[in-house]
Parts: sequence; structure tokens; C-alpha cells
Amino acid sequence: MTQMESPRIDSTRIAEVSHGLERTEVERREKVFSVSGLSVAYHGNVALDGVDLNVHRNTVTAFIGPSGCGKSTFIRCFNRMNDLVPGAKVSGTVLYHGEDLYARDVDAVEIRRRIGMVFQKPNPFPKSIYDNIAFGPRVLGMKGSLDERVENALRQAALWDEVKDRLKDGALGLSGGQQQRLCIARALAVNPDVILMDEPASALDPISTTRIEDLMHELKREYTIVIVTHNMQQAARVADMTAFFSVLVDEDGGRRHGILVEYDSTTKIFTTPSDKRTEDYVTGRFG
Amino acid sequence: MTVIEPHVERDYVPAPEEPIKRRGQAWKNRLFKLAMLFSMFVAFGTLAVLLVDTVVTGWPALSTQLLTGLPSTVPDEAGARPAILATLYLGALVLLFSVPIGVLTAIYLEEYANRERWWNRAIEVNIQNLAAVPAIVYGILGLAFIVRGIGVGRVVLAGGLILTLVVLPTVVVASREAIRSVPDSIRQGAFALGATKWQVVWRQVLPASIPGIATGSILALSRAVGETAPLIMVGAITYVAFNPTLMGPYTALPVQIYNWTKQPDADFQTLAAAGAIVLLVIVLSMNAVAIFLRNRYRKQW
Repeated sequence: MTQMESPRIDSTRIAEVSHGLERTEVERREKVFSVSGLSVAYHGNVALDGVDLNVHRNTVTAFIGPSGCGKSTFIRCFNRMNDLVPGAKVSGTVLYHGEDLYARDVDAVEIRRRIGMVFQKPNPFPKSIYDNIAFGPRVLGMKGSLDERVENALRQAALWDEVKDRLKDGALGLSGGQQQRLCIARALAVNPDVILMDEPASALDPISTTRIEDLMHELKREYTIVIVTHNMQQAARVADMTAFFSVLVDEDGGRRHGILVEYDSTTKIFTTPSDKRTEDYVTGRFG
Repeated sequence: MTVIEPHVERDYVPAPEEPIKRRGQAWKNRLFKLAMLFSMFVAFGTLAVLLVDTVVTGWPALSTQLLTGLPSTVPDEAGARPAILATLYLGALVLLFSVPIGVLTAIYLEEYANRERWWNRAIEVNIQNLAAVPAIVYGILGLAFIVRGIGVGRVVLAGGLILTLVVLPTVVVASREAIRSVPDSIRQGAFALGATKWQVVWRQVLPASIPGIATGSILALSRAVGETAPLIMVGAITYVAFNPTLMGPYTALPVQIYNWTKQPDADFQTLAAAGAIVLLVIVLSMNAVAIFLRNRYRKQW
């Protein structure tokens, strides 16, 4: 996976294309997540260490960084998907609207109902388009018209017009980009508060990628979006805030783990980063 | 204007001294191909000869009399209705018992069991070993524990239970394969929507693995229907001149065939071959259903 098409990012252009909010504006908004001292270890091997960061309401927050920097590990802490990985241990605190997600009496199932997730590879269920969207509302026992919910979700994901005549067809017959928008629609159908996207466009062609990015701009009016991406231009295009993660190699060179290097407004990260490592990464000298 | 010299890097240099003519490998290829053909002929040819011989021998005795008649000491009047019925009952019982037990075991092992615990690994190894235990051993076990131990007696139900034991490991192994072939991304997607473990398994994993489970179960069933040894062990008596009932004495088709072959009268040999054809038809149609299911519901992930 290389993003080396433009070794020197034209920072003025990025400042233009990014409709990102100012940092002061972002920080004025309600905190959805408040992470402090977060570390994740798999079977005792630290993957990510000492992360502090806030995610604000109705913003897009992007996590960028080289492979192995723990950005995907990190995003999975927000909906406790790491619980499903044997041997994973999360320490530190993640507050969600002020409540500790990892408190003993918190139900991970309840969290995932409020915090939706879209994965790197589109993963529609081997069922019809309709049943894919209806799965969430059904398992959660949501009241109200299922047909309406399905239509709303598909409209929000800008997929309705393409599939409205074949809702009963198998979802696996859709194209990759359509499948990914179906997965977004599926996440929206349960009325989440936050949508986590783990490299949502990395398996898609440029046109589908653009559609997903446009979608993010739309969705941020109603939802809070957190996205992991390998693609720096994508972060520059969609995110208000960007966090740069990197890999810290121990003195003896054996152990390596991810750290959060810098977290600021996207414009700042891509034009005048304060950390040398961030600058090296966004200008393509490293990574 | 500068001319850019093409620069081609090769990671090999074609050696002109190496002849491009065919070297002495050809006869090895041919020999190996012959060996493969021979092996296939031994495997397939034997089967073909057996089938043809059985059909030719049994054809004259293949009649409605065979399907609907009762056993008799007179070959011309002898039929295998009780045995065919009992075999169908046994098959139904095996499906009834082995599918739920086998599938639930497979779900536990694949979705719930923590592989880091030694007892779960021990169960896994044991199930694989059980699949290799000769059927007669299950017959002995069944005689001791089911027929006599809990006193079920020499009845259809006991036979069904014992055949269930014989095929259960196969059903478990096949179901586990089917469950394992459901990609993890499906589970993750369902979990991410707030589904509970039970909902993920019941609504996503299980429906997606049904074709595999059905195929494996039917193949196991066709093995059960052809089993003879354990049934003889638990007293599927060979002369039953009435329709079997769940709690009554019975004989199964393979046992009936075995019994006919022991008769000195040559006509009974023909009858045995005809019975074998009936059994073959039952088993082959089950396999056909299995193949149909596999092709019909094959999934592309």
C-alpha cells in the first residue's frame, strides 16, 4: 500500500479542498469521546501506548499513520471490538459522553448499537439487500416500520436509487463500492450516534472512493465520524481533525508499538505540523 | 534533444548454451501419467465391476414383490418391505438425533470453546479419533449400554441410537468445517451492529453454514443406512414378517441382504443382489440430494 503518488503535498491545495473546521470551532462542540492514557496489548505485547485524544460531535476525525502504528487497533477501542480478539487487553479510559466504556457494568452490545462500524473490506451478509439493512433493527427489536427504516438508511447512504428495484436480490451481487455503501447504510439503520470507519475506501476504485468521501461530508451533519485511512489525501479531504500515529521502536530494536504523535486540525497537520515526524510523513519522506 | 537510452534490467540471462530441445524428462512424465491412470482404473474399475455384477445378478428379482412383500422361506414370495421400512425409520432417527446434537457440538467447539483450555483441545482430538473407531465397537457399546444397560431392548429406537453414535463424529466434523468456512468478517459485521453472540451465531453463522451442514449430514446418513455390523450386534433379527415399529423388533436392509446371502438356495442370492440394488438406490439418491444442495447454495464470499 503506497501513497507516494505525490511525494510533496501541495499544502495550499489541500487547505482549499479541505472544508475542515477550525480547531477552536471543533473544540467548542460537545465531546463524544474522551480518551486518556489508553494502551492496548495483545497477549502482553503492547500494540499502542499512551493515547490521549478527544473526538467532538458532528466532526470527522481521521487517524493516519504508517502500517503497524495501531490506528486500526485504536478505532476498535471505541466500540469494544477488541473484546472479540482473544488476548487483547485495553487499559486507560475511554469516556463516551462522560461514561467509561470499559466500566465493569457496561454492556459491549449496547455500545455497538450506538457506535456503528464500517470495515475495510465490504462485508455484506450473504442475504438480500433488504435483509442486510433490516438485520440491525431486527436484532435490536426496534419498533416502527422496517420498510421505512430500510429506505431511509439506503437514501442516507446514497444507494436507494441504485437498488430500490432489487431489494430482494442478494447483496453479494452488488459492486464493491455499492457493497461498502450498503454496509454504511446497514450501520445507519440502527440510528447510531457515531460511525467508525476502518479504511472504508481502501478496497475501492477512485470513483467509489469519491462517493464514500462525499457521503462522509453529508453524514457529519447528523453523526460523528471517526475514520482510519492509509490515504493522506483522503484525510485531507474529509477530516476536520487529524491524528497522526507512528511506530516507536524500542532501544534494543526488538519491540515496536504505536504512539499518537500529533493531533490537531487537518489543515494544521497538513500545512504546518508541529512535530518533525508528522511533517516527514505528510510530505512523503517517511512511511 | 536528448535520447533516453532504454534501460532494461533482467534478473536472468538467457544462456545460449542451454539446448532448447526436450530433455530426458518426457518419459518420466509419461510413466507418472500411466501410474495415475492405473490407480484410477483400480479404484473406479473395481467399483464399476461390482455395480454391473450386482445389477446383472439382481435384475430378475427386482420387482414390486421385493419392495412390498414380506420375507419368506420361498424365494419367489420373499420381499423386503419390513427391512426397507426399518432402514428408512433408522435413517429418520439418525437424522433426528445426530443433526441437532452434532450441530450444537460443532457450534460450541467453533464459536464458544476457548482453544487455550486443554479440555477443549482434548474434546477436539477425541472427536476426530471417534470418527475413526470401527462401527462394530459402537455395536458392542450399544449392546452393553443402550440395549441392556438402560434396557431399551432390541428395537428400532436402539438401532437408531447406535447408528447415531456411529455417524455423530462425522456430522460434528462436517458441521465444524461448514461453520469455519463462514468468514469472520460476517461475524464482525453482525457484532458491530449490536447483535449478541447468540444472535450472531443463530442469524448469521448458522444460516450461512446450512448447505455445508446439510451436505455433511446426508453423507453421514448414507453411511449409517449402509451399516450392518453394529445392527447385527444389537440384534436386528433377520426374519421379521411384519412392519416395524419404533419400539418393536426389526431388521434393516443390509442385515436382510446379509441374511439372504447366507441361504444355500441360489434364488436367494439373486434376491440379495436385488436388495443390494435397492440399498444402492437409496444411498445414491441421498448423495444426489447432498450434491444438489451443495451446488444450489454454494456461496461466493
